[in-house]
Amino acid sequence: MVTFANQEALQVYRATLSARHNKGGKRLISLCSGSGCGAYGTANVHRALTGELRKFGLQEKTEVRLTGCHGFCEKGPIMVIHPEGIFYSQVKEAHVAEIVEQTLVKGELVQKLIFKDPTSKQKIVKEDEIPFYKRQQRIIFANNGLIDPTSLDHYLAVGGYQALEKALFEMEPAGIIDEIKKSGLRGRGGGGFPTGIKWATCAQHDADRYVICNADEGDPGAYMDRSLLEGNPHSVIEGMIIAAQAIGSKEGYVYVRHEYPLAVANLTIALDKCRKCGLLGENILGSGLAFDIKISRGGGAFVCGESTALMASLEGKPGRPRAKYVHTVEKGFRNNPSNLNNVETYANVPMIITKGADWYSSIGTEHSKGTKIFSLVGKVVNTGLVEVPMGTTLRQIVFDIGGGIPRKKKFKAVQTGGPSGGCIPERFLDLPVDFDELAKVGSMMGSGGMIVMDQDTCMVDLARYFVEFLKEESCGQCIPCREGIKQMADILGHICQGEGKENDLALLQELADMVKNASLCGLGTSAPNPVLTTLHYFREEYEAHIREKKCPAGVCKPLFHYEIDAENCNGCHLCFLKCPQEAVAGKKKESHAVDQDKCIKCGICYEACKFDAVVIR
Amino acid sequence: MTTTNAIDWPKVSGIIDKYQTDPEALLMIMQDISNIYNYVPQEVIPLLCEKLGVRNSLVYSVATFYKTISLEPRGKFIVSVCTGTACHVRGAERIAEALQEKLNIHEGQTSADGLFTLEAVRCVGCCASGPVITVNKDTHGGVDRSAVLKIMDEYKQKAS
Repeated sequence: MVTFANQEALQVYRATLSARHNKGGKRLISLCSGSGCGAYGTANVHRALTGELRKFGLQEKTEVRLTGCHGFCEKGPIMVIHPEGIFYSQVKEAHVAEIVEQTLVKGELVQKLIFKDPTSKQKIVKEDEIPFYKRQQRIIFANNGLIDPTSLDHYLAVGGYQALEKALFEMEPAGIIDEIKKSGLRGRGGGGFPTGIKWATCAQHDADRYVICNADEGDPGAYMDRSLLEGNPHSVIEGMIIAAQAIGSKEGYVYVRHEYPLAVANLTIALDKCRKCGLLGENILGSGLAFDIKISRGGGAFVCGESTALMASLEGKPGRPRAKYVHTVEKGFRNNPSNLNNVETYANVPMIITKGADWYSSIGTEHSKGTKIFSLVGKVVNTGLVEVPMGTTLRQIVFDIGGGIPRKKKFKAVQTGGPSGGCIPERFLDLPVDFDELAKVGSMMGSGGMIVMDQDTCMVDLARYFVEFLKEESCGQCIPCREGIKQMADILGHICQGEGKENDLALLQELADMVKNASLCGLGTSAPNPVLTTLHYFREEYEAHIREKKCPAGVCKPLFHYEIDAENCNGCHLCFLKCPQEAVAGKKKESHAVDQDKCIKCGICYEACKFDAVVIR
Repeated sequence: MTTTNAIDWPKVSGIIDKYQTDPEALLMIMQDISNIYNYVPQEVIPLLCEKLGVRNSLVYSVATFYKTISLEPRGKFIVSVCTGTACHVRGAERIAEALQEKLNIHEGQTSADGLFTLEAVRCVGCCASGPVITVNKDTHGGVDRSAVLKIMDEYKQKAS
């Protein structure tokens, strides 16, 4: 491993990397090894591919690169063959021989692996022409699918650590902070606080300052930070070193979830390499800056995403938040000035330094600049990670990129901001998504989870789900949060059981207002949001549960049953075969019926029926 | 059940030393111990206190505050049902029900044969592949009722 004693050494090394890269003429196969594709079996595909290449004597001419997440996680494992950019999805071990023989040797496509657009039903060969990718603007994610996250060389070859050079040798610390301020970058963890102002405030306080990265991505349904740390850890590290130079810090921490083992592994490798080659440690690139980063693994507590709780946890204590009369930029970790930013925020920094604040602020809306990564999940055709400029409408994200709702079901709502966010109904689909617009409709950006719901999602059950989640995660210190959320959960539980009373809604409203106003930290003050937004936009569903004792979406088991509509049933017999309880009766080609005494409402018949004959009553 | 005799003291000591007996690393040390035994045996707590210079009460409060730490023995396979929002709207509750029936235990319990502990995890970040379950370090995506039943049988076979 080389060591970069100064800026020149790094530049010379980078130049040799790109020379080598241009000369080789090797074919590159990038295989996604993110957690999503990994769950579908990337390792097996990789093993088979290495063997098959050797069989055809192609191992010298082909580089197989295990890259970070490509974002289109649902179609994993994903393989892209360069230079053509051929996109193969859902690649299994059994397909590998065919890929090598057909595509690599003969130059022909393997038809069955070509992506078929679910909307237009057309086959699309190249990655960048697939609607899911075509309509995105991937600047943070640009290199995720191209580089091996365990290779520093790959990151350097795409221009990595150039921003650090600029920050160390061409700019003053105050100049860096000004550039970040001018760019309009706001915190991507949820709060949306201007990053430049945070840095400037932290730099004002004299004492040992800390640069901390919040990778305790706790919002269920959001996983962009995981993907960035797994796929491009150096971009986050580079952002942190620049922050250290700007603020004047010697010590950095990444607080990352224990549930993200691959992110921890890739980050550990990246940090080790940086230390060995002089990008971390004493006298970075000969600039005089001394800075190192440690990893701290969280223990599965949602509240640790809150700044003061996170810092308590870093100190080896239970992660309980404190009141923030004094902000953490003044007294945070070890009671010292601490700058805490989210993973995605740090990943934005190198780009801003390299390309300038003017370029960056040309993307996005008036008060929300740059792009934002959303995890588009739930009841949507193309699920995965989506990076779009701020101000893109919900409709563009859910329908143009996401391909709409599967199985011709009806869109009901999109939930943003995790448990602290809200549910946005159909009439706001043309809302441009940025920090302020989401807040106006009662939700929030959060870390960027976007969960799409269709007609089969019960909004009362969803509110119950979030409140139950927060009840478990409340640290229990302050009474409004601990007791208020519990009472809300009890009431919502009763409503879902069919025991709701007429005045429950007024009581819920009152409790929600109390918890919002009186709780100590952000967990409590935002906890009522899912209840408040569903009460506001989907009140009729609550009323159906309470007055008619019906769950229109067919989720709350005591409040509905399945029936088979004799007119639509053609007796295909599929429900009969699939029912685990033998609760469906009927002969082939005759209309069927459900025996309510045997039915456990598992929903298998409802999902199986292709003729909409199984109905919720 | 692990008895005092079964604890590999040099190994536990080594873990504490790996973190330079830094009391701020208490949680991570317990996670590493947990990786060996699938829980933190209470017998190691005095050693933690002594080497890290912390009080008993701090060790217990950290151990009980964080979900990844258990002071009770857990099964050979820890089955975690992801209950993140994306998995929830795709039917995670039905998956949990199927597993409860199959293993004949509730969430947080360990099966009579000591093989399986059933847990709920708030989100494993594989949201596009939901519903997801993890068994120890393996992730299984896009599962349904029958798939998880089959997966349990496979692990059972592995153990025998």
